[in-house]
Amino acid sequence: MAKKRTVRTIPQERTAVRELDPVVRGTNFEEVNCGYNEKEALLESERCLFCPDPKCIAGCPVNINIPAFIEKLGQKDYRGAYDVITASNLLPSVCGRVCPQENQCEGVCVVGESLEPVAIGRLERFIGDRAIAEGWVNIPAIEPAPYKVGIVGSGPAGMACAADMAKAGCDVTVFEAFHEPGGVLRYGIPEFRLPNSVIDAEISNLKKLGVRFECNTLVGRLFTIEQMIEEMGYQAVFIGTGAGYPSMLNIPGDSLNGVLSANELLTRCNLMRARDFPKVDTPLPLGRKVAVVGAGNTAMDALRVCLRLGAEKVYCIYRRTKAEAPARAEEIHHAEQEGIEFHWLTNPVEVLGDDTGNVRGMRCVRMELGEPDSSGRRRPVPIEDSEFDFETDQVVYAIGTNANPIIGQTSNLGLNKWGYIQCDDSLATSLAGVFAGGDIVTGAATVIEAMGAGRRAARAMKSYLGLRDDDALESPGTLFGIDLREHNYARVRIA
Amino acid sequence: MPVNEPTTSYFEIVKREDYSDVTYMLEVSHPLMARAAKPGQFVIVMSHEDGERIPLTIADFDAQKGTVTLVIQAVGKTTREMQQTCQVGTRLYGLVGPMGIPSSLSHATKVLCVGGGLGVAPVYPQARGFKELGAKVIGVLGFRNKDLVFWEDKFKSVCDELILCTDDGSVGIKGMVTDGIKLALERHPDIDEAVAIGPPVMMKASAETTRPFGVKTMVSLNPIMVDGTGMCGGCRVKVGEQVKFACVDGPDFDGHLVDFDDLMVRLRRYKEEENAAMKRFEESCRMRDFMVTDAEVREAITTQMGEA
Ligand SMILES: Cc1cc2nc3c(=O)[nH]c(=O)nc-3n(C[C@H](O)[C@H](O)[C@H](O)COP(=O)(O)OP(=O)(O)OC[C@H]3O[C@@H](n4cnc5c(N)ncnc54)[C@H](O)[C@@H]3O)c2cc1C
Ligand SMILES: Cc1cc2nc3c(=O)[nH]c(=O)nc-3n(C[C@H](O)[C@H](O)[C@H](O)COP(=O)(O)OP(=O)(O)OC[C@H]3O[C@@H](n4cnc5c(N)ncnc54)[C@H](O)[C@@H]3O)c2cc1C
Ligand code: SF4
Ligand code: SF4
Ligand code: FES
Repeated sequence: MAKKRTVRTIPQERTAVRELDPVVRGTNFEEVNCGYNEKEALLESERCLFCPDPKCIAGCPVNINIPAFIEKLGQKDYRGAYDVITASNLLPSVCGRVCPQENQCEGVCVVGESLEPVAIGRLERFIGDRAIAEGWVNIPAIEPAPYKVGIVGSGPAGMACAADMAKAGCDVTVFEAFHEPGGVLRYGIPEFRLPNSVIDAEISNLKKLGVRFECNTLVGRLFTIEQMIEEMGYQAVFIGTGAGYPSMLNIPGDSLNGVLSANELLTRCNLMRARDFPKVDTPLPLGRKVAVVGAGNTAMDALRVCLRLGAEKVYCIYRRTKAEAPARAEEIHHAEQEGIEFHWLTNPVEVLGDDTGNVRGMRCVRMELGEPDSSGRRRPVPIEDSEFDFETDQVVYAIGTNANPIIGQTSNLGLNKWGYIQCDDSLATSLAGVFAGGDIVTGAATVIEAMGAGRRAARAMKSYLGLRDDDALESPGTLFGIDLREHNYARVRIA
Repeated sequence: MPVNEPTTSYFEIVKREDYSDVTYMLEVSHPLMARAAKPGQFVIVMSHEDGERIPLTIADFDAQKGTVTLVIQAVGKTTREMQQTCQVGTRLYGLVGPMGIPSSLSHATKVLCVGGGLGVAPVYPQARGFKELGAKVIGVLGFRNKDLVFWEDKFKSVCDELILCTDDGSVGIKGMVTDGIKLALERHPDIDEAVAIGPPVMMKASAETTRPFGVKTMVSLNPIMVDGTGMCGGCRVKVGEQVKFACVDGPDFDGHLVDFDDLMVRLRRYKEEENAAMKRFEESCRMRDFMVTDAEVREAITTQMGEA
């Protein structure tokens, strides 16, 4: 074996990734981050120390065995690396691109204590993209089980649950309200960050596992969750309908023409392809000077979409500072490169309209950071007499979402006081056989967390249906308070 | 009846009728939806892959036949194009629903159902629903003139009294639906609820007419929509002091609380793009007509030559 690596012996610089030129990319929807090629990936893989107690694994919400996959990658065993990743994560191409790595795996990487952390996300994406290019898919020998499983919503949570249940042999159908599957990956995250071809590849992998997709199906209204169980013969149902329902600021001028939610902007642009109007029928009138309120991923996407659609000026308005901005660091960086103007510590108080009901400007107030609030972040407070107006003809709200009400309106599921679905630790809801996960349980979160929730729910579903759960056998844990590993415990496989 | 396997990817048009040169009816096959639909709900239709998602009220549904009925006014690019392409035997690209909260068919014993223009068809399921619950139903329908009248028989079969209003008086009373509403309220002081569906101006006027009578008036709002699932907020409307999303919180709201002026301003949001799309569509139609005529002329010439 090679000499043991230390922080001193590894390449000190993180391998740079090629990116499209900021000026050129501001005019098109091509992917900004080109990803590593083989040489770059191999070089970066040399930076992992293969820690005996790898912190990164705990930092990943689905606990990918990161050193193991990087080791295989370093040995050019790409297929092996893919197998390691897909044991925990179904969508490496997606997560490698969109995970907020700096808060997750890379945020706790040991190398990061003295140098820049290992670029785990980019390596993961390299493997994921390689798998798509080579057409790899891990289809285990599936033993058919006599159960029908219904999945509501085709976002990452639904996709992950569908995959696991299909692998367990169930007859799985995914119901999606839109005319195309993918959830936020399809309608929210734009092409220049996550190309549709990647989503298509992941969906087609699911189809290879035998999962069926029924689009144009609004569950709750076309049939209810209860009907799925009682009349349609589904033994178990998973709900992954996402968060939806965008918040408005509730300030004067909210309903002026030209004020819209980031969800509407992005759905028109991405799913309905309004950027090709008039070739397609869905319009998306664009302002010359656009103000986007918020600084999360959704806001960054809205800002950069507006820029690409040809706005002259795009402003980001956020009441805290850059340090508190919830977006991925890479997206803020890219947005800055592309010429988005950031106005930190600025809060809108009114959208100004002209006499035809259109937006003509915005009134904002400057903020300063005060005492920490319950979330530990310093609370922004307005500075007196600091109001100012500026000109804008389109205002986009990207300030978060609330629970989508449809499933709550149409079933007897227990909800929490904010309208999200109430679940126990295993993600079982108050209805027998019905499980839920993703944004509709936690509120807006991340792709990988939604996916992890889908998988967790699948485990609970398997135990509910009495199906063998191979993952459970690998780590029997404790039973009746006895640590099984301490006793002379023989593993028995019960089919 | 048990709900079978969903068949959600066909959406075949099984029947079509044209009520005037701008109003047409499509009956679309969707057995599951036909069973699930309730009065007051709507669907979102995509006629082709590059099309827009447009909301349309479910004007009728037949669980036995497994069909839902849409009555459409050709007002812009999409609805005009559908008027040409949606023929019996063709399929819609997308059809999702039923959407929205069903109308609460209350315990009212005497109900006024008002439909004008676009709203004549959508008010029908509510009239029928009230009738089935045993209420007395008074219908008021407004059309521009006699030639545009449709579904008179359908309404007669569920209404205890039907008042037709036309702009020119060619049938029924001469005047607007508001005149019909006044007449009905005067004749029947015991009306305890009203439903009014139509263009925003008409719903606003209807609500103003019933307000002095203190009759609760439900209206069905038609803001611009994208997803219809509460995800985009494009359909937000002002009701009382609150902002509501018509697709999931409605589409029915108390007409006396709705801010109609706000709705009308917001409906104009895509005006320019709509006009541009319409113009391009008309031009492409003219091109096609021109080519057709061209071909016909050529055929005529060849035929003549053949005869000669
Ligand atoms: C613009 C944007 C950018 C983002 N960027 C990032 C990022 O960079 N990194 C990251 O980690 N996270 C990001 N997120 C967050 C992440 O996308 C979500 O947390 C994640 O997609 C949630 O997955 P989900 O499966 O719970 O729901 P969703 O992805 O929301 O999918 C839910 C699906 O269910 C469907 N549905 C809803 N109701 C019904 C019904 N009644 N019947 C049938 N179908 C229904 C919806 O149409 C939708 O397709 C972003 C979110 C947005 C909006
Ligand atoms: C809940 C709901 C139910 C509806 N039910 C029906 C129905 O049963 N039958 C029917 O014919 N139409 C109905 N509509 C209206 C229908 O959706 C629009 O007429 C259609 O979207 C117009 O598309 P277009 O491309 O043909 O016209 P566009 O080019 O989009 O618009 C042409 C003209 O129509 C007006 N318009 C656009 N959208 C709407 C709208 N949502 N409501 C009213 N006027 C609009 C525009 O201001 C413009 O003047 C309903 C709308 C909603 C929200
Ligand atoms: S899934 Fe996300 S958090 Fe986990 S290792 Fe990959 S990039 Fe990191
Ligand atoms: S913490 Fe960093 S260096 Fe250690 S195993 Fe994980 S990726 Fe490698
Ligand atoms: S149509 Fe998008 S929220 Fe109602």
